Amino acid sequence: MIAEAGHYALILALALAAVQSTVPLWGARRGDARLMAVGEGTALGQLLFVSFAFAALTAAYVTSDFSLLNVVENSHSAKPLIYKVSGVWGNHEGSMLLWVLILVLFGAAVAAFGRNLPLTLRANVLAVQGWIAGAFLIFMLAASNPFTRLDPAPVQGRDLNPLLQDIGLAVHPPLLYAGYVGFSIAFAFAIAALIEGRIDAAWARWVRPWTLAAWIFLTLGIAMGSYWAYYELGWGGFWFWDPVENASLLPWLAGTALLHSALVMEKREALKVWTVLLALLTFACSLLGTFLVRSGVLTSVHAFAVDPTRGLFILVILAIFVGGSLSLFALRAGKLRQGGIFAPVSREGALVLNNLLLSTATATVLVGTLYPLALEGVTGEKISVGAPFFNATFGPLALALLCAVPFGPLLAWKRGDLFWAVQRLWAAAGVAVLGGACAALFMTGGPVLAPLGVALAFFIIVGSFAELTERTRLFRQPLSHSFRRATGVPSAVWGGALAHAGLGLCLLGVVGATAWNEERIQTLRSGEMIEFGGRDLVLENVGERMGSNYRDIVGSFAVRRGGTVEKRVESSKRFYTARQMTTTEAGLLTYGFSQLYVSLGELGENGTVAVRAEWKPLVLLIWLGPVLMALGGVLSIADRRLRIGVPRPARARRVAPVPAE
Amino acid sequence: MTRKGRRLAFIGCAGAVLAIAAGLVLNALNDTIVFFSGPTQIVQQPPAAGTRLRLGGLVENGSVRREGPEVHFAVEDGTSRVPVVYAGLLPDLFREGQGVVAEGAMEPDGTFRAASVLAKHDESYMPREVAEALKEQGTWKGNP
Repeated sequence: MIAEAGHYALILALALAAVQSTVPLWGARRGDARLMAVGEGTALGQLLFVSFAFAALTAAYVTSDFSLLNVVENSHSAKPLIYKVSGVWGNHEGSMLLWVLILVLFGAAVAAFGRNLPLTLRANVLAVQGWIAGAFLIFMLAASNPFTRLDPAPVQGRDLNPLLQDIGLAVHPPLLYAGYVGFSIAFAFAIAALIEGRIDAAWARWVRPWTLAAWIFLTLGIAMGSYWAYYELGWGGFWFWDPVENASLLPWLAGTALLHSALVMEKREALKVWTVLLALLTFACSLLGTFLVRSGVLTSVHAFAVDPTRGLFILVILAIFVGGSLSLFALRAGKLRQGGIFAPVSREGALVLNNLLLSTATATVLVGTLYPLALEGVTGEKISVGAPFFNATFGPLALALLCAVPFGPLLAWKRGDLFWAVQRLWAAAGVAVLGGACAALFMTGGPVLAPLGVALAFFIIVGSFAELTERTRLFRQPLSHSFRRATGVPSAVWGGALAHAGLGLCLLGVVGATAWNEERIQTLRSGEMIEFGGRDLVLENVGERMGSNYRDIVGSFAVRRGGTVEKRVESSKRFYTARQMTTTEAGLLTYGFSQLYVSLGELGENGTVAVRAEWKPLVLLIWLGPVLMALGGVLSIADRRLRIGVPRPARARRVAPVPAE
Repeated sequence: MTRKGRRLAFIGCAGAVLAIAAGLVLNALNDTIVFFSGPTQIVQQPPAAGTRLRLGGLVENGSVRREGPEVHFAVEDGTSRVPVVYAGLLPDLFREGQGVVAEGAMEPDGTFRAASVLAKHDESYMPREVAEALKEQGTWKGNP
């Protein structure tokens, strides 16, 4: 009964989406405020109905209602509660429901918090949101209904894919989707601007917080997915250039470019046409990502759907939205007036360079991801494009961009002075040289270029704070004075510095973990050990343990240094009975930012077990970097400048006049 | 610089970056892509030693044995078999008689040295390349 109600709620949401996609648009055309206001109610109504549908599906999962096909295929009554809940989005239908839920959540947020937007702009934005929600609701109801019943209902379910029964993967999809879908707001704003044929700095100020929010979620989502792959797949790698990973990297790269170009538009009213195009392309990348992952053209953990009609359906949605928006762009872009001019060496110039490199890098990733699919479609030849391709194409472009990162914020708007900027970066360069030299001296092995990578990372980390040092007159005036100045610096400047430093940290982690990674693979019996740079990793015993819906083969290890036990760690092979499937639960020992990674391989005869131990220097920085980036994003959103409309203090003063008595 | 001159400079820069990127991509597509082949193809037309390729097929029953850090097994498709050596841990879903894709290169002695081994992700999934290669060889036993 609840399931039917959930299904019905989706149909109602579709009806509301249909209203929302037409009435406000018509209202905006006619200048009718009442018609435009309809969008607000429908957006909130859609959120209500889709949330209800989502709650209904969650309830079915929590109570293990095996009369629902979706629950049978992806749940098991013995599964821990958290994975019953995360199982809701651990499958095709449920994840599409989550996608739509987040979409209508963003739509409702625009309706609720966008009261200071011009009426017509808001009406048009909501209408575009209505189109997207409508398209995906039709897709769900027609081709991937999560509420399909099964008669007779089986007694037990088939369990969730064990790889997905993990806390990391419980949080990864919602974060990632919040990122993907958040870019739909930028898309809707861009379409609305094209429909109105008018765009200005205020537009960029409205778009930036939404884009930033989406970018923060996407950054965290990608980092989370990467960390999951690191400890759950048992290979110890953090990025595989798998097409599915690329599908999330594409919108991230385009979205990062969009953030930066919106900055130029907000400050200087330049790059208008380009910013609008980027907003369209970023969401196109999100849709492409959804298509690649959900259509079954790729085989991977993420590809749940193998039903070709679904792939075709998403492809049609993709074609309509991308094709339609680009045609609209081609028709209307000419109407958008160009803004301020600037010299090549200037903040704008640096941001243009950033955009140029980021969008080119996006294009290379796109080519590498789609080329094998296209080639197979055309010639039938099967090839794979892996890390070597991306290292050779994405690598140099990213490197060029990374080198330029510290310079950008030091250049003035309109006309900058490169020499002045270079002078401000001598300290960073000094630290970089020192860091690189230390790496070359103390780290043995590894590629020759690795110390240079370390130097570049230090250059970015220290260089990111050069603008702040300059603004606060740090080291040149008394500390108290600098502190007072620091509190006056806009939080967006702090945000930018942190985000750039996060990028440097991430680079440092990548260089450390790839260049000085030490790997040992040995077959061990209980009591035997692997020697590891002054430490001994001893396999103490191998035992068996039962979990709620799995059985563990646990290897208990002790790390000894000079005869005393320093730390203990367990690593296990987990066998899920319902799916007859094994997963690796790697054992991780943290030393500062570095980790010792222990995973078990196959069990041999007479009690031996293959053990892989890896020393991964600085590996945690790979994920701490993105966390810092996201923190920078949060600070940037918190900046007062982005909260537009009537300044709040002024409004407060007006509201509370004290009557004279 | 005039407005027009500036615009030309920007377009020139953009063109240069795009040209470099295009060059990198074309170059990389020549050097780094990896072709897929089955055991029969490899036995009939042995690739040059050292050429990177992906080998897909079924893990031969009874062929898996570990020698220290290295594991040996053979990949077959019903007609031919190719011995494989891999220094690493086999993935969780690796099993005898089941589909596998190994990426690596042939050694001069005719064994395939794998740099990575991928196995299917769940009980109903067979790497697509493997399924198609088996169908070509007529040894496919699953659904059409």
